[in-house]
Amino acid sequence: MKTLLGLTAALTLTVLAAAAYAQETRPWAMPGEEKVDPYTVAEANAGTGPITDPKVFEAFHGKDGLARIVATTLDMAYADARIGPIFKPFERPRIERTLNEHFCYVLGGGCAYSGRDMAAAHKDMGVKPGDMGALVEILQKAMDKEGVPFGMQNRFLAKLAPMKRDVVNK
Amino acid sequence: MIKIMAGAALALGLTAGAAGAQNLETGGKLLLTGGVSSIEGSGGGGLATWATTTGYGSEEGVGGNAHATFVSLPDFEFRTYGVAVGLFDRVELSYARQEFDTGSTGGKLGLGDGFTFSQDVVGLKVVVLGDAVYDQDRWYPQVAVGAQYKMNDQGAIIGAVGGRDDQGVDYYVAATKLLLDRSLVVSGAVRLTRANQTGLLGFGGPNEDGYSPQFEGSVAWLAGRRLAFGAEYRSKPENLGFAKEDDWADVFVAYAFNKNLSVTAAYVDLGDIATVKDQRGVYISLQAGF
Repeated sequence: MKTLLGLTAALTLTVLAAAAYAQETRPWAMPGEEKVDPYTVAEANAGTGPITDPKVFEAFHGKDGLARIVATTLDMAYADARIGPIFKPFERPRIERTLNEHFCYVLGGGCAYSGRDMAAAHKDMGVKPGDMGALVEILQKAMDKEGVPFGMQNRFLAKLAPMKRDVVNK
Repeated sequence: MIKIMAGAALALGLTAGAAGAQNLETGGKLLLTGGVSSIEGSGGGGLATWATTTGYGSEEGVGGNAHATFVSLPDFEFRTYGVAVGLFDRVELSYARQEFDTGSTGGKLGLGDGFTFSQDVVGLKVVVLGDAVYDQDRWYPQVAVGAQYKMNDQGAIIGAVGGRDDQGVDYYVAATKLLLDRSLVVSGAVRLTRANQTGLLGFGGPNEDGYSPQFEGSVAWLAGRRLAFGAEYRSKPENLGFAKEDDWADVFVAYAFNKNLSVTAAYVDLGDIATVKDQRGVYISLQAGF
């Protein structure tokens, strides 16, 4: 009986802990981040598979380098006359985390992407075709600043380019 | 009263026009992805036409530019000037004025010193498939079809050397693909043409009066955002009997200072022209636009 009670208690604790854990890590409602509507997390949300050549992620100086590139990109994007107004309604922490995850996944850095798919993430933002070009130009400047060689930048951009179809609002 | 209404209508029209203009994007394309201005005025490489529309307008925008090109050859000088607009990354309209100045060679050929063949080229290009830049997950290129109407102003001389017409229309299909993960642009076009030396010596001749398919292509390596190196080839018919006509080739470097100004320099081999051999020289082209 004692054993059974103990077992039940342990089980209950486990279930509670699991529930609490799930509560904390729901990727649409992370602590300190703007909440978004719940969605299903899936690898396919990244919109493309990862680059398999490890030289590319090395050229981006790994996760630290990528974090600097994303930070510079967002600094410039929020301040940009053309695409700043698209970013400003959204708080930066969630965008910064999901961008880091997304880029790290695509670059073959071994990260999981917990964000929404490209169409859902950019729905109703009013992104025009030229805005995509403007963001790419900002990203290029950020990659230049990090010292990523142009050819390596292009290998990354080749993965992102087709996402224009889902990012631009028709 | 009528005046006031007309004024109000005009004001409304202007406002609507301004609102419309606000919805038109400019500069939405990436640096150099509009290509440069080809000798016939359409967007492309220098000698070869591409499937891309000129300028930096996106699918919801417009772009345009003006260009001036000088080709200094041992015995001739070739100049073109023109303007082109790209509409919604779909349609391109272009105009170029070509001048082939025989200089002192004109005297030796019996044409007179400084004799100049000129032609006007009006071009239309329509993109029918694909996106050369963004479709990086698809194998097929951007494809465009186009026509160039060429009017030469030296009909009498053209007739004297055996050319059948002083005007003609070229039709082409162009395919262009940016292989972004390799930083390469590859482009090829098939041109149906009757033109002798692109029309500078008229159209058709004793050897062949009808259309023949010719190839023109470019390969360019993007060394950086602003800088591209490449090579081109353009095959040509041999319709005239009095002189041999060679295929053209060049190696080039293109540099974009920004989206408003770019320069292309090339070494071109135009072969034999009007019995004068080995016309190789330097090609410089300036393009200004948006």
